[in-house]
Amino acid sequence: MVMDANLSVETSRRWVLVVDLDRCTGCQACVVACHAENNVPVVGEKQAGYGRWMHWIIIQRYWEGEYPNVKARFMPVMCQQCTEAPCEPVCPVFATYHNEEGLNAQIYNRCIGTRFCGSACPYKVRTYNWYAPEFPEPLTEQLNPDVTVRTRGIMEKCTFCIQRIRRIEIDAHAAGRIPADGEIQPACVQTCPSNGLFFGNLDDPDSQVSQLARGRRSFRLLPELGTEPGVIYLKGGETNV
Amino acid sequence: MSEPDYTAPEMAQTSPYDERLLLAQRTDSEINQAVLQPMMQTGKGFWALVTILSLIVAWGMYAWGYLIYWGVGVTGKNRPVYWTLFITTFVFWVGISHAGTMISAVLRLLKADWRRPITRGAEAMTAFALLMAALYPLIHLGRIWKFYWMIPYPNNRLMWPNFQSPLMWDLVAIFTYLIGSSLYLYLALIPDMAMARDHTGSWRYKLYRVLALGWRGTEGEWHKLHRALGIFSVAIIPIFLSVHSIVSWDFAVTIQPRWHSTIFAPYFVIGAVYSGLAALASILVVVRRSMRLQEFLRAEHFDALGKLVMIAGMAWVYFWFAGFIVEWYGNEPVVRELIQEEVAGKLAPFFYLQMSANLIPIVLLVFKRVRTTPALLLAATLLINVGMYTERALIVIGSLQRNDIPFNWGTYRPTWVEVSIVAMTFAGFALLYTLFSRIIPFVPVWEIKEGRLRYTMRRIGRLLVPTAAELD
Repeated sequence: MVMDANLSVETSRRWVLVVDLDRCTGCQACVVACHAENNVPVVGEKQAGYGRWMHWIIIQRYWEGEYPNVKARFMPVMCQQCTEAPCEPVCPVFATYHNEEGLNAQIYNRCIGTRFCGSACPYKVRTYNWYAPEFPEPLTEQLNPDVTVRTRGIMEKCTFCIQRIRRIEIDAHAAGRIPADGEIQPACVQTCPSNGLFFGNLDDPDSQVSQLARGRRSFRLLPELGTEPGVIYLKGGETNV
Repeated sequence: MSEPDYTAPEMAQTSPYDERLLLAQRTDSEINQAVLQPMMQTGKGFWALVTILSLIVAWGMYAWGYLIYWGVGVTGKNRPVYWTLFITTFVFWVGISHAGTMISAVLRLLKADWRRPITRGAEAMTAFALLMAALYPLIHLGRIWKFYWMIPYPNNRLMWPNFQSPLMWDLVAIFTYLIGSSLYLYLALIPDMAMARDHTGSWRYKLYRVLALGWRGTEGEWHKLHRALGIFSVAIIPIFLSVHSIVSWDFAVTIQPRWHSTIFAPYFVIGAVYSGLAALASILVVVRRSMRLQEFLRAEHFDALGKLVMIAGMAWVYFWFAGFIVEWYGNEPVVRELIQEEVAGKLAPFFYLQMSANLIPIVLLVFKRVRTTPALLLAATLLINVGMYTERALIVIGSLQRNDIPFNWGTYRPTWVEVSIVAMTFAGFALLYTLFSRIIPFVPVWEIKEGRLRYTMRRIGRLLVPTAAELD
């Protein structure tokens, strides 16, 4: 479980993100927060229109019913951090691999851009740097120094804000304690105005995410594919958005 | 000194067995001249062709440079269509490369005599098509300057490539096949290089002297050559089967709908044989005319090759149907959507083009007249490859446009960069082949002479009958 005693605490961890679809209003605040936190480039209207936007979180919108009884359904989809990730075995250079915390890690420096992982991913949440990244003014003022800016020709995707996980872990380790439940917050979780996102350790049976995951409302995306995602969705009663 | 012109010979039809007797009316030195003479001729048409092909290749190189300079964004790829024309054309060229071995190794083992004049052309096609195919894994990379990270060698990054990845299997399979087929081509070339060495001067003499490896034609040399060719013929067949199987696993090992199929490996192999044999027939028709090799590439060869194409086509239809019926019957939502798109949706024009271009030639090739008339054979076999290219495009690009989550569906439009690079490899293949045909004897002279030795006319009672002896 824990390979590097200097960086990690001696507990087993399986990081999961819980997305409460009953609370999602489709406001895209998580997408903006993610762009800011992870130095995700913006590609402009034309490229975005051609399906080349780089958001690590995609707010999928589906219309249900016929006019006038139309309902909008929102589903934020980010990298599902699969336990059996289809993207991992296909990479020829180990640019994507599984770490001991169950995270599907992406090593930008190793990526040579075969895009095989993108073809293999059933959720299509991997985004590719088609051109050199662009940050129009004043976005350059808020680049996050903890995160690399990716070069053109490589894949990137949601990391569960691994830089935030590591920082809290290191601080907690220095203070001789274990990070408390809910202490680690990816940018999207921190930002969600309707408190629809939760992050935590699934291996801790008392954590909030464990309790939510055991609930009646929980499901995972495309479970029939056997990828065992690390993102758990909640969907219960009728929501009118 | 006036040399007799052997390039446009009168076919003297003296006996009905002449075809089987493989040029019995020619002496050995006449055959040498008949093969060597078209090689030396480089007329206006030849240089015009070389110039045009070179220009297309140069334009393609510019497009490739443009792609490397600006990034993969200059192609029409997007999310979710991450693989497009490059991978399609890659599969196409690997497919084309299959017929060389098919003809040469399989038919050599089966001792099919009609293969003799066409083996060289088939083997050259294999080598050049593989060279073109090998470009695409490089072209499609996002960071081509890091391509060597896929090569297993001890390095300062302490990284070994991931041999779980089908791309690594591809790398191994294609390089094995490229090395194997080049050696196979070269082995069978040595006696002809010696023949050419003994009949040419100036730079050609110097080149052939090096390539002939001091071949003198002794008993021991022939014995070793036959042994080596025998070993290669057996060894290269598993490689040839594995290469296209592995290419199919690039797709089949993913869980992408319509790619995730167990029939893909044999289906791809038979498709490769189908398109490769068809391409060989097209090329032979063109080369026969332009190099005036009518004497060597005769109706019987095209007839046999046409039959082989027809049989491969029927097998392809069977495999296609076996795959399609299961997917259709399975009726999984995304697969249903994809089949709907193909049969009645946006992909329908390509689907019907593919099906008609693959099915009509099979029917045409049933007729001997089509198989033995060069123009008709050319039309039928070119149509097959239009169909096979479209089929690969439908598999690669068509399938990627749809996936399990409807919000992620996409469409793809090719750009000038992709089209130029694809055109570059077609022109590059033609250019290599054209230059090759002027440097290397296109017809394997020693194989023809050897084949002739098999047949003699013997008198049995009152009858004069041809008899075939067992060689080697």
